[in-house]
Amino acid sequence: MLHINCPHCGMRSQNEFSYGGDASVKRPELNKEVSDQDWDNFVYNRKSLRGKHLELWQHISGCRQWIKVERDTATHEIFRTFKADEEVA
Amino acid sequence: MTQAFRIENGGLINRDKKLSFKFNGKTYLGYEGDTLASALLANGVHLVGRSFKYHRPRGFFGAGVDEPYAVVQLFRNGETEPNIKATEQELFEGLEAKSVNCWPSVNFDIGAINNFLRIFLPAGFYYKTFMWPKSFWYRIYEPFIRKAAGLGVASTKHDKERYEHKYEYCDLLIAGSGPSGLAGAYAAAKNGAKVILAEDKPRFGGSLLTSDVNIGNQSGKDWAEGIIAELKTMPNVVVKNRSQIFGYYDHNMLVMSEKVSDHLPSTKKYHPNKRLWYIRAKEVLISSGSIERPIVFGNNDTPGVMLSSAAKEYLKVYGVLVGRKPLVFTNNDSGYETAIEFKKHGVNPVVLDSRKNPESEIIDEAKNLGINIKNSYVVVAAQGYKKVKSADIASISEDKKQLGKIENIQCDCICVSGFWTPTIHLASQSGNKTKFKEEIDAFVPGQSKQNETTLGAANGVFSLEETLKTSFTAGSELSKKITENDNKIAIPNVVEKKSSQHDKFWCVPLPKGKNYKRFLDFQNDVAVSDVEIALREGYRSIEHVKRYTTLGMATDQGKTSNLNGLQLVSEIENKVVPAVGHTTFRPPYTPVSIGAIVGREVGKHSRPTRKSPMHSWHEKNNAVFVDAGVWLRPRYYRRGNENLFEGSKREAKNVRTNVGVCDVTTLGKIDIKGPDAAELLNRVYTNAWLKLPVGKARYGVMLREDGIVMDDGTTTRISENHYHMTTTTAQAANVLSHLEYYLQLVWPELNVNVVSTTEQWAGAAIAGPKSRDLLQKLFPNSDVSNEGLPFMGYMEGDLFGVKARIYRISFSGELAYEVNVESDYGNFMWEKIIEVGKEFNIQPYGTEALSTLRIEMGHVAGSELDGRTIPFDNALEGLVSKKKDFIGKRSLQRSAFIAEDRQRIVGVVPLDKQTSIPEGSHLVKDDKAPLPNPKLGHISASCWSVEYDNPFSLAILKDGKNMIGQKLFAMSPLKNKVIPVEIVSSHYVDPKGERVRS
Repeated sequence: MLHINCPHCGMRSQNEFSYGGDASVKRPELNKEVSDQDWDNFVYNRKSLRGKHLELWQHISGCRQWIKVERDTATHEIFRTFKADEEVA
Repeated sequence: MTQAFRIENGGLINRDKKLSFKFNGKTYLGYEGDTLASALLANGVHLVGRSFKYHRPRGFFGAGVDEPYAVVQLFRNGETEPNIKATEQELFEGLEAKSVNCWPSVNFDIGAINNFLRIFLPAGFYYKTFMWPKSFWYRIYEPFIRKAAGLGVASTKHDKERYEHKYEYCDLLIAGSGPSGLAGAYAAAKNGAKVILAEDKPRFGGSLLTSDVNIGNQSGKDWAEGIIAELKTMPNVVVKNRSQIFGYYDHNMLVMSEKVSDHLPSTKKYHPNKRLWYIRAKEVLISSGSIERPIVFGNNDTPGVMLSSAAKEYLKVYGVLVGRKPLVFTNNDSGYETAIEFKKHGVNPVVLDSRKNPESEIIDEAKNLGINIKNSYVVVAAQGYKKVKSADIASISEDKKQLGKIENIQCDCICVSGFWTPTIHLASQSGNKTKFKEEIDAFVPGQSKQNETTLGAANGVFSLEETLKTSFTAGSELSKKITENDNKIAIPNVVEKKSSQHDKFWCVPLPKGKNYKRFLDFQNDVAVSDVEIALREGYRSIEHVKRYTTLGMATDQGKTSNLNGLQLVSEIENKVVPAVGHTTFRPPYTPVSIGAIVGREVGKHSRPTRKSPMHSWHEKNNAVFVDAGVWLRPRYYRRGNENLFEGSKREAKNVRTNVGVCDVTTLGKIDIKGPDAAELLNRVYTNAWLKLPVGKARYGVMLREDGIVMDDGTTTRISENHYHMTTTTAQAANVLSHLEYYLQLVWPELNVNVVSTTEQWAGAAIAGPKSRDLLQKLFPNSDVSNEGLPFMGYMEGDLFGVKARIYRISFSGELAYEVNVESDYGNFMWEKIIEVGKEFNIQPYGTEALSTLRIEMGHVAGSELDGRTIPFDNALEGLVSKKKDFIGKRSLQRSAFIAEDRQRIVGVVPLDKQTSIPEGSHLVKDDKAPLPNPKLGHISASCWSVEYDNPFSLAILKDGKNMIGQKLFAMSPLKNKVIPVEIVSSHYVDPKGERVRS
């Protein structure tokens, strides 16, 4: 079970969180033309990375905040975590 | 029967307390502190089972967790448990156990014919044989294999035992209480670290219980007892025996199974049977010790052949002689330690040492005691069927290829020692890159991945002095980092006998003309010849060899066989062992009860049960409950002998003619506040929300980004910046997360707050033509006329002194209202409604009537919003704004979603107006068409229409829009029904929606 550092609450066990997928996906802006390809990429197409991956988790049984977690998908090492509005440098 | 093999004195058992137990129906006596294995051996019982494949007789091989043979079926307090190692099971009064894998009895086992057929049962036999003909698989092969396979029978009864889970955090977790574990724990505890020390056996001390050493002028055993006693007094230390750490998972989380009650005749009141600990440790010290490995020789599976360390443990811990004429076969000094113990107890062992001229303090002691030692000698084969009777021995050349003349010597047990294998399982599970250590012919932990340090024998260090030094230091250093204390501990003086280098020898060659089975894996009957076959047939990877031969599989996971298997592969392949590598160590280290893994989460405890504030009223009024997500909801309120069909029909009919009341507390409720609340709703729902006036409700549909309907519900504008959203019962949690996702990540600029208020409000739906009259009486000071509170209107009211929210919304298609009060007043509200409603013939109605009412009106619910439908499919496209953008809108342009013959909701009526159509039935054009019959749609919901008094169903049907009036067949192969039906509009009752507006 992973141990995730919630930037709001501190170190918590994985069972308090729910997974939210790739954090690098950007939703196309509202009221803008979007090509079929771009929309498909947004809705469906994901890279299944091996290695460092920035992903979303929601601290669902805690502060309910969505956070970003930089995790190695092969080793499960967690490098850094960010608040939802924090820039990932 | 007397305990003929129990010595007069000695051992750590309690001789004051005799225990009686049964094995295979026969009664024996043992002592408190015995294991089932030691008690049986004390009674001279060596035959405990039959082997897995050849059904050869099986005895005891070890004295603990490594035991491959002595797996029994245990009976305790009216329950039965399979797969129990007799070497681990503590004896209690009245214990009963049976052999497994034999029929009709362990003494006469019909399956043993496999032993004579073994030429036909080589590696891969099952894979090769049971391939053809295919049709034989289900009828003949599978039942046969199922009957033949297995190590016991699981109980089919409900498990009455209780199992608990516990979560714990600590600074240092220490796995194993041998010398290294005790030293590490002691040093860390002295530095104030929070320490958990776990020992899988009942007694602490590990090898110190059986070794002949001195620590700080005490015996090893006394020193261990002193340390444990002191640790137990320290508030920062938890010391646990009977507790096996079986898994090392990510981020330094380890799981431990504590056997709380297995050693007792029955579980004490309020105690669990087992407790599973989830431990998150800052640092882990692995002091799991080592397991002696066998030397492979002919018939080395005969009962009476066992590890020399096990023989020593039976003698020193349990006071049991495993034989009176022991033969010790060793390639290192450990065998001598066992021989010395035998000699001290008046038994004369013979030692065969494969080495030519070994010299050490231990060997000198053995010589001084006058023990008969034969150097450069090996056991070629054990003789005897159900018990060792003698051994064929021979001298061996220095290159270990040539055997001398075979001699036969009498013996009743063969104690074998092929040196020691560090227990690296936990380290390997943690991701440690193990490495091969030439001096000990075994793998040891290498580079750590997590915060783990392996010490002592588990790290391939067999000197006690060095083990204590490194373990005290490690415990000090690791805890110092955490607690910043640095209490120096004097490392005690150690007296131990120095041993000499072991012989790199692990398998005795076959003598000419003999074809003895030489077993590598005792639990799975994998012999040297099986691995040879696998390699001949082209299996190269050790993982493949394992799976093809089953080497190292099953409940012991090859604790005694893995390394010898690797040696064999490396020899045949002419590779060094590290190049062969080892198979992956996976948790659990030892078998864990499924019950322990499940814990308390069984039956009703598998998830929370949520009840509305009116639950006790429902109970008192004969409600029959149904699970709705985690909620319990009344399905119908039974009157007299009514069944579900009759009751729900009565309730629904009363709504259509008078008035009914339904508990709708379970609906999800989300409070939405903030200046941008309207904008959020406008983006989340498919319809327009910016112009909804205060005091009005609106029905909305929300989509996922892929265009599929996620949920529906009404949202009411309570005040300028305050909205009350309702969701379906099932989707409440998902909708909240969905809103939070967009507010926190996608549109953080929106100034809106959302919070669940599902539990804050109790809700009652009042529906039926007389509902307004009832409402007027409930709220005499409010204007609830059609003008004062129009359809989709909202107002606050005073319900006999309680503040209430009144929404004019309808799910039933009738004139209807929903009244909410704060949860604590829920029951008060409900009783008032029932009381005041009496004159209008009010009846409560449950979910079944609720469904009937919505189905005949064509309102969609969860069975239509099933994660596969878009707004059009549900005839909701009128709610999809063409002007504004919203979540999922772009997806609605996908070609499949705008196809001409897109599926759509329809009504379905059986032609005979009698036969109810099972939900899930497929709609087909031709009921006689060959299978698979092309499916046009499916029945999503069925009811008995109270309006028309005939069955009515909703369906999602391909090209539904153009199918009205068509005749089709509803087929349900499950219920064996074929029903001719007509397709009608989904709005079966009041298609113009006049009633809700009346």
